[in-house]
Amino acid sequence: MTYIAKPKVTHPSLPHNALGLTRRAYEGALSTLCAGCGHDSITAAIVEACWRLSLEPQNLVKLSGIGCSSKTTAYFVSGAHGFNAVHGRMPSIATGANAANRRLSYIGVSGDGDTLSIGLGQFCHAIRRNLDMLYIIENNGVYGLTKGQFSASADIGSRAKKGETNRQPPIDPVLLALDLGAPFVARSFSGDKRQLVPLIEAGLQHRGFALIDVLSPCVTFNDHEGSTKSYAYTREHYEPAVLADFVPREQPISVDYPAGEAREIALHDGSRILLRKIGADYDPTNRAAASAAVRAREASGEYLTGLIYVDATGRHPEFHQVNATPEEPLNSLPMEQLSPGSLGLRKILARYR
Amino acid sequence: MDATDTSHPDYYHRVVDCQWACPAHTDVPEYIRLIAQGLFTEAYLLNRQSNVFPAILGRVCDRPCEPACRRGRIESKPVAICRLKRVAADNRGDITGRLPSVPRLKNGKRIACIGAGCASLTVANDLLPLGYEVTIFEQYDRPGGLMRSNIPSFRLPEAVLDEEVGMILGMGVELRLGERIDSLGALIQTGRFDAVFVGSGAPKGKELRLPGRDEAAANVHIGISWLESVAFGHVDRIGGRVLIIGVGNTAMDCCRTSLRLGAQTVRVIARKPRGFFKASPWELEDAEEENVEILVNRLPKAFVIENGRLAGMRFECMEYELDARGRIVAERVAGEQFLPADDVILAIGQENAFPWIERDIGVEFDQWNVPVVDAKTFQSTRPGVFFGGDAAFGPKNIIWAVEHGHQAAISIHRHCQGEPLTERLPPGVNLQSRKMGMHEWAYANDYAPIERRLMPHVSLKERFKKLNIEVELGFSAEQAAEEAQRCLNCDVQTVFSAKLCIECDACIDICPVDCLTITNNGPEPELRAHLKAPAENLAQPLYVSAALPQTGRVMVKDEDLCVHCGLCAERCPTAAWDMQKSLLSWPHVEDEARALEQRQPKIA
Repeated sequence: MTYIAKPKVTHPSLPHNALGLTRRAYEGALSTLCAGCGHDSITAAIVEACWRLSLEPQNLVKLSGIGCSSKTTAYFVSGAHGFNAVHGRMPSIATGANAANRRLSYIGVSGDGDTLSIGLGQFCHAIRRNLDMLYIIENNGVYGLTKGQFSASADIGSRAKKGETNRQPPIDPVLLALDLGAPFVARSFSGDKRQLVPLIEAGLQHRGFALIDVLSPCVTFNDHEGSTKSYAYTREHYEPAVLADFVPREQPISVDYPAGEAREIALHDGSRILLRKIGADYDPTNRAAASAAVRAREASGEYLTGLIYVDATGRHPEFHQVNATPEEPLNSLPMEQLSPGSLGLRKILARYR
Repeated sequence: MDATDTSHPDYYHRVVDCQWACPAHTDVPEYIRLIAQGLFTEAYLLNRQSNVFPAILGRVCDRPCEPACRRGRIESKPVAICRLKRVAADNRGDITGRLPSVPRLKNGKRIACIGAGCASLTVANDLLPLGYEVTIFEQYDRPGGLMRSNIPSFRLPEAVLDEEVGMILGMGVELRLGERIDSLGALIQTGRFDAVFVGSGAPKGKELRLPGRDEAAANVHIGISWLESVAFGHVDRIGGRVLIIGVGNTAMDCCRTSLRLGAQTVRVIARKPRGFFKASPWELEDAEEENVEILVNRLPKAFVIENGRLAGMRFECMEYELDARGRIVAERVAGEQFLPADDVILAIGQENAFPWIERDIGVEFDQWNVPVVDAKTFQSTRPGVFFGGDAAFGPKNIIWAVEHGHQAAISIHRHCQGEPLTERLPPGVNLQSRKMGMHEWAYANDYAPIERRLMPHVSLKERFKKLNIEVELGFSAEQAAEEAQRCLNCDVQTVFSAKLCIECDACIDICPVDCLTITNNGPEPELRAHLKAPAENLAQPLYVSAALPQTGRVMVKDEDLCVHCGLCAERCPTAAWDMQKSLLSWPHVEDEARALEQRQPKIA
């Protein structure tokens, strides 16, 4: 947390994006989180990704629930729309907003408590409906806002700041999302922006539900020795599966990548995800293999990170296809189209008599 | 790259661009903070320690600090450092009793200074408190040297000059006015002095030998001699049409003085385009505000004589071809022009001249007839004879002369104590944390987004009424308070301790000017190109930390544009970053004397 606002002064050579905006135009209010909080780094990564995508701020919707993580939507893209929902109920708000206007980009920021405890049901159904949104979990394994109790993502054997050991198994949002059929599942770390920023870019451009579970150490209540979600522990037990780069539309793939080593996944808007193997063979388009790999790593106490699974077939229908939502936002439709009229209403009601 | 050695006194000193650029290393940020607090007397005294003449320099310093000021790299205009200095001088309280005290009991050593200018006065100021007896010989009947003879009184009022010169003279200098030294050999031979300091300046203006020069002699003047004659009241008028040849700072003083002595049209003639002008930008601005016309690309060819007196000058009009870096690659003559004039003033440079120093007394001169002087000790090739100011290395400016004086004083002391001149006290830096609480710092860390305050001037109608009406009115207390807020407090350093860093990126995310990066170490050009914002100012060294504990990467800081807002330190959860004030110790002779004294065992 800082006392003075970040000064408006900038580096004179700060680059501009396609809209002529600098990164600073995508910042938000002053963060009131603890100094060194992983969430602030994720905020910075979202700012960077939105800037790189040249998103128009008014075309972005920021949604959140309750918790430290859910405060962060105030700290980026102050020109975007925002809704701070009831605890765990962010997916419902996202569903409604999505149905009303499919032209906007939706980013939901939630925490391990908001998603895996009170909001677990909502989370599951958002995946099941395949909402067109990017869902970021800022996962630190503790309830920071209520002073550091274990959350549903705390690992067995992880020790709390006061010394007690967690003995209940964690709910892993990545495994859950894989099981429920999410088309885009990733895990990253707040301390690795090189990995995280392209994932956020791809997640925002991906059509359908995109989950990024971001390990985000709680510097105040969960950054001690014995914690399995501290900066030091995460760095030691952190293993990228693949390198995923995001290539915007109309930009040629840079020559840095020799042909054959990289694999492209096309997104609906013409942008691409470029996957590059590292080390052992890992196929992020095979759901079963992805699940198995995450489980295997977990068994040896490691976090598999990167783009863990992406549906390359595009066969998985998303929310708008299933529900035949209109192309045009509801607020721009004429009254006659929105309302069936009394005659139409009578016809509809007649069906139920 | 290797980890940066921040224990070297130069590292943090360099970050304070103004102090690094100042020849006397005046502690600029500290005195600006004192001004911001309204502690004008304290600000004045702090200034005086290093630059000796704050009121004079607050008006006429060549201010190398301002082009160096970091604010100028972030916005377009630097902090008005020089004019803030004047505010401290204008508003200070009584300082009697706060100046260095001079012992009644002398140490038995006598020093002769030749010329009563800023260099000699600095030597006297430094040596008198140690018990030296200092005699200053001055050829004119008033002290001050170039500050009096060459700087017009509408820029530097006589009262201001008299007061600051008087402070030093009042410490007990034996001032011998009207005594011109015609032989250094004879002075040395008297055996009265343990050391001689030559601070006689560069009093010889350059000549322009062209056809007609001798016939026009009555109306062709050498700039610095002419200014001198004006200052001492020997000249009080000039013709209606005046040409000034040359476009340095002396030319600016000549053209503005001409306007006050009755000239109607004053033209300044430059040989080359504007980018090549020697005058400081602000002096050009002030002259142009007074409607002085500056003509470029004219090469003087002849003085034109009609009816036995000067009628004007003939010039060749030049055309220059410049390359991408602005250098002249080709030139050609495009025509000729005659400009009428009643008087011509030559302001094309000056030199030092030593007809009064015998060539056989051990003071060596080089091929250009300039004395051989050691750049550190300021001693000539004859032990005990020192040079400083313009006399040492040719024309510079007051603040350089002052620093020469400080260094020469150290040498003179060591010489008189029989110590080797080169083993001087080294400079040092002391760091002290400014942390007061969670979000509290003992300095104003927020960035003040205000523009440079404009200096109010006397109106164009009023200022020409008399020669000595000071044009600049000085900042008001309110303006000074606002301008002081523009200072970035570069001396409050970001000090990093690698072993505490957990690599959470908090500092990097919050830095408003993107000057921090955590990255894998590599060679310097590679690092510079891959930082969060490329480090393009090669003159500013990068800070590279030791390897960080968790990943072995390094923290790299490009100091170039840091605004010292302290947010990196506020956001750091482990206090790996801290804001610490660096205090430079730049030894003067009193420190040297103290160090020598402590070394010698006291006799009981």
